[in-house]
Amino acid sequence: MDSVNAAVRVIEPGLLTTVQDLGRRGFQKYGVPVCGALDAVSLRIANVLVGNRESAAGLEMTAIGPKLRFERESVIAVAGADFTPLIDGRAARAWESARVPAGATLSFAPPNDGLRACLAIAGGIAVPPLMNSRATDLKGGFGGHEGRALRGGDVLPVGFSPHLDAAPKRLPEAISRQPTYSQSFQIRVVLGPQLDRFTETGIAVMLTSEYTVSIDSDRTGCRLEGPAIEHVSGADVVSDGSALGSVQVPGSGTPIVLLSDRGTTGGYTKAATVISPDIGLLAQAMPGAKARFAAVSVEEAREALIEQERMMGEIKSFVGLDLSGAVSLSVDGADTRVTDADGGAITAAPALRTARRAARRVSATLEGERFDFEVEVGIA
Amino acid sequence: MPTYDNPLFMPAGDRAVVMELGSGIDPDLNALVHRWAAMIEGAQVEGVVETVPTYASLLIHYDPLLTALDDLEEALLTLDGAEHGEGEASAVRNVVELPTVYGGEHGPDLADVARNAGMSESEVVELHSATDYLVYAMGFSPGFPYLGGLDPRLATPRLSTPRTLIPAGSVGIAETQTGVYPVASPGGWRLIGRTQTRLFDPRANPPSVITPGDRVRFVQINDAGE
Repeated sequence: MDSVNAAVRVIEPGLLTTVQDLGRRGFQKYGVPVCGALDAVSLRIANVLVGNRESAAGLEMTAIGPKLRFERESVIAVAGADFTPLIDGRAARAWESARVPAGATLSFAPPNDGLRACLAIAGGIAVPPLMNSRATDLKGGFGGHEGRALRGGDVLPVGFSPHLDAAPKRLPEAISRQPTYSQSFQIRVVLGPQLDRFTETGIAVMLTSEYTVSIDSDRTGCRLEGPAIEHVSGADVVSDGSALGSVQVPGSGTPIVLLSDRGTTGGYTKAATVISPDIGLLAQAMPGAKARFAAVSVEEAREALIEQERMMGEIKSFVGLDLSGAVSLSVDGADTRVTDADGGAITAAPALRTARRAARRVSATLEGERFDFEVEVGIA
Repeated sequence: MPTYDNPLFMPAGDRAVVMELGSGIDPDLNALVHRWAAMIEGAQVEGVVETVPTYASLLIHYDPLLTALDDLEEALLTLDGAEHGEGEASAVRNVVELPTVYGGEHGPDLADVARNAGMSESEVVELHSATDYLVYAMGFSPGFPYLGGLDPRLATPRLSTPRTLIPAGSVGIAETQTGVYPVASPGGWRLIGRTQTRLFDPRANPPSVITPGDRVRFVQINDAGE
């Protein structure tokens, strides 16, 4: 594989380390789960810090990190729970990019706060995509690295990155503090879709009680223990689609919040849905943590998401890596440099909120001759 | 027909909305669900990421940064026009034939099903392979079809102790349902046969030989190995 400019060897796999990206979409109608990083924002930030596309594949680690040997020099970043990266035993900072010399070993001190972190490597983990994604489907046994969690001895291909020489990147001051995944947190939900299958008392209990994150939680769902949410009559529905964050309530009355590895359909009643900006809190919740539900409207949920994306936009423009290399253009087989209309580097996609597709003028220079193009840039 | 006059929209969080067209399990209602799924896919509605059709509703996954829920609902309802009349034409769906070896080592519970139904094994096979089963939805696991149309005489309770491993392709009966396991998994279905067809292949495009809304026909074959 000539696009591979580094490889990573797994010395110790950690507790549960999987290759994940932002998930597999477009195949849920065939029953194919989305999968992908549970704390998607952490993966996106880690990728931005090493100059990858936000959707590049990285490693999701759980509670105990892996020990990896880098065959070639690389740049990494870790985001999420506060695993401290150790490069040949020397501590580096999470939420910043760090250089890993050829032959060096990367290991992690276990987190004090949070459960999962994402490791991005410049160039991305270059396992072959399946159904447009590199995410591991642990239950289906496909995707990622051989459809399973990493084991000692595995070798992971890493893609090409034009950013190996970039100066170290960190987050803007205002955002740079390590988030606190507290032992007691609130998760916002939109009520429904099967609100009418629960009694008023049941919903009131859900919104006023404290729930404890169960040790039985996994990538499929976060199980919560606490007062039962009362049904009107029975917990079964004719199977219908399951959304990320669905608060599924089986006969026991105790809720399970469905996460990335959930089945695409299910036959239990769903009282509410956790809003997407709060999914990361559940991904990071340690067993024993206390959660409370708070109801919000769809509009409030959308505003929270727009706020999250504004933060992502700030991070991207602050990090300001030259992403021109992510845009490739070849003329008669010769690669040419792609810039924006002013001849400058391309650092970020246009703000998501304003446009899904934006027309940009792009120019390429080949042997001194300049070509101008009108290019429509879509956000993937 | 248990179909509503107008679709009901119910938000499933900030990234998905349920579009419910009726209630219960009904072939005509389900055909309407699949027509809507095809319309939405064909129209490339702004913001729609993907649509999951099930028995009586669709779960529409969307990107709230590209569309607000109100706008999405409006855009979806405007699709409900000319295409609505083509119901009869689209009722002729793809029929997927699954060559199936019944009984023996591939269908260890065929005798139990026959005993429960008070008929011979060959009568069970004849009844089971005489129906075109409607794929109401897919889910539970990749490539797993929820089939409707089992002859009620073949209904059989699940095993009291589920098997720890059922081979891929196993055809089974559980209560009033019949189904086929696309991948090896544990389960409590009564196994009556096995198909050689690979139902799900993550490397294929599409990854599943069955699409929701298709019909599935089990065709009896002899075990080539005997």
